[in-house]
Amino acid sequence: MIWIALKMLTGDRAKYLGIIFGVGFASLLISHQVSIFVSIMGRTTHLVKNIQEGEVWVMDPNVRQVDEVIGLADDDLHRVRGVEGVAWAVKLYRGNVRARLAEGNDDGARGDFRGVILLGLDDSTLVGAPRKMLLGSVEDLNRPDAVIIDEAGYHYLFPGQPHRLGQVVEMTDKRAEIVGICEVGQPFQSQPIFYTKYARALEYSPPERRLLSYIVVEPEPGVSPKELCDRITYETGLQARTREEFKWMTIDFYLKNTGIPFNFGITVTIGFIVGVAIAGQTFYLFTIENLKQFGALKAMGTSNRRIVGMILVQAILVGLIGYGLGVGGTALFFELTQTSIPLKGFHMVWQVMGGTAVVVGFIVVLASLLSIRKVLVLEPAVVFR
Amino acid sequence: MVATATIPETLQFAVRSPQSGVAVECRGVTKQFGTGDTKVMALRGVDMTAAYGEMTLLVGPSGCGKTTLISVICGLLDATEGTVVVLDEELTAMGGRGKTAFRRTNVGFVFQQYNLLPALTAAENAAVPLIVAGWPRVKAVNRANEVLDAVGLADKLRTYPDQLSGGQQQRVAIARALVHEPRLLVCDEPTAALDARSGQTVMELLKDIGRRPDRAVIIVTHDNRVFRFGDRIVTMSDGRIESVEENNAT
Repeated sequence: MIWIALKMLTGDRAKYLGIIFGVGFASLLISHQVSIFVSIMGRTTHLVKNIQEGEVWVMDPNVRQVDEVIGLADDDLHRVRGVEGVAWAVKLYRGNVRARLAEGNDDGARGDFRGVILLGLDDSTLVGAPRKMLLGSVEDLNRPDAVIIDEAGYHYLFPGQPHRLGQVVEMTDKRAEIVGICEVGQPFQSQPIFYTKYARALEYSPPERRLLSYIVVEPEPGVSPKELCDRITYETGLQARTREEFKWMTIDFYLKNTGIPFNFGITVTIGFIVGVAIAGQTFYLFTIENLKQFGALKAMGTSNRRIVGMILVQAILVGLIGYGLGVGGTALFFELTQTSIPLKGFHMVWQVMGGTAVVVGFIVVLASLLSIRKVLVLEPAVVFR
Repeated sequence: MVATATIPETLQFAVRSPQSGVAVECRGVTKQFGTGDTKVMALRGVDMTAAYGEMTLLVGPSGCGKTTLISVICGLLDATEGTVVVLDEELTAMGGRGKTAFRRTNVGFVFQQYNLLPALTAAENAAVPLIVAGWPRVKAVNRANEVLDAVGLADKLRTYPDQLSGGQQQRVAIARALVHEPRLLVCDEPTAALDARSGQTVMELLKDIGRRPDRAVIIVTHDNRVFRFGDRIVTMSDGRIESVEENNAT
């Protein structure tokens, strides 16, 4: 009976393609938009992801997300280092400063200001330095006025220019020379990221009483990050979070305090509704048009169970093809835009594929339910009318 | 060419001996549709029999209850009252599943509008009852090919319904009705959608291939051109049997 069901389905080419289009469109829209949303949410945690050393982050108790920096006192570092179970603890500066293009770029933008993210790494250990250098090396940060810039930031500051070291910018009227270009995860605001040593970062930043942004801590072997967080909070009164906790705290902040999830939610809902509407309506029409044929099959002794099986097989087939086309389209999109700077790092995670599969499954079940009901209540005697 | 002179060898099945000469027996059958003001009595105490080896024609004006009666006889509708015994089994005592299984094994249908599946070839359409009965597809289609050959469509096996004439489509429907060797063949206005010549061919086929000593054939029609093919003509009017005539000319 399965091949009869499939031949019935594929025999009506227009409706068959219509249903696949509906499911495929919904699948594409949902997987694409959710992937973009997930990637954007991932960007909000760029700092924690880019600094791969240290399992614990210590910060002011009022900090709610990565980019909301509230300065700590310098002696907080020593207090944290004094907590039992701390293997090492280092300073990290994170600030937003203005960079002035000392040499100008191809747009003739000499003297223009650009907002940048400045990261100051521990002077002696350079903990948190970028792992992947495209040009130059991390050790070059030991040179005077040295900064390393991320690749996307370089193209933002110097559009159209090939990678070149030695470019000079000014931050708080102090000279900074680009000695390296690195590849790191992009920030939420798409601003350039400058890496430099901690002491130099303080010179580049506007004067404030407290400039220590975070303390990055590694637990001793055998001490769990969570356990160490509790100890640090208990003994210093500071907020301590594991890497994962800090990431999710940040994502949670953006989910609750921005319209991003709402906007993407609307698009995903539209995708779902369009999918249900097109696939459901077309599938229903397809069943209605074949009602006499289903009636004939029932008259010839096909049980309701087998008829339901036939409809489900048809629904599963269009669901699988539509899902494959939709998710395939999303995967193709991210593959083709892999080298695009604005979309760098955007990708589809397996959870999105799985979630989309569940939603598509729901769409085809909804689409087929009406048809199943129609066929189940169909009197086989309809064949004589 | 349509094979009408003799029953082809491929369709000379082993004849099963019926337990009685009566294939279909209806006693006091009523069928009511709706309730209250919308109540319609389609059958009003019908007593009727159809014998093995005979072609019974159910005739009468539109709305007299012919189609309702054959629907009850083959278990597509439940009788409101009365008993229906078909092929020695009491349909009125069977549940829905039992009737479905009964139809699957014992009843062949020929519909006025053919009801062929447009996406299937002639051979695949004719094979449907065997597929429904659980036969493997290839074996079922091979068997259907033989039956289509017998109804004169050997050259149309892979043709789709929309490429066939009305008469050819009805012949495919007859092949489909016979392919699983049912003991009851039920035809609803099989010639209504056909011209005179095609109608004649279809009736000859039903008489020569469909009629067998262990099979009863019931045909609903109001086409008086085909009355001569029936062994027995049952005339209905307003939900009742008006007359039963034996046709000795056949």
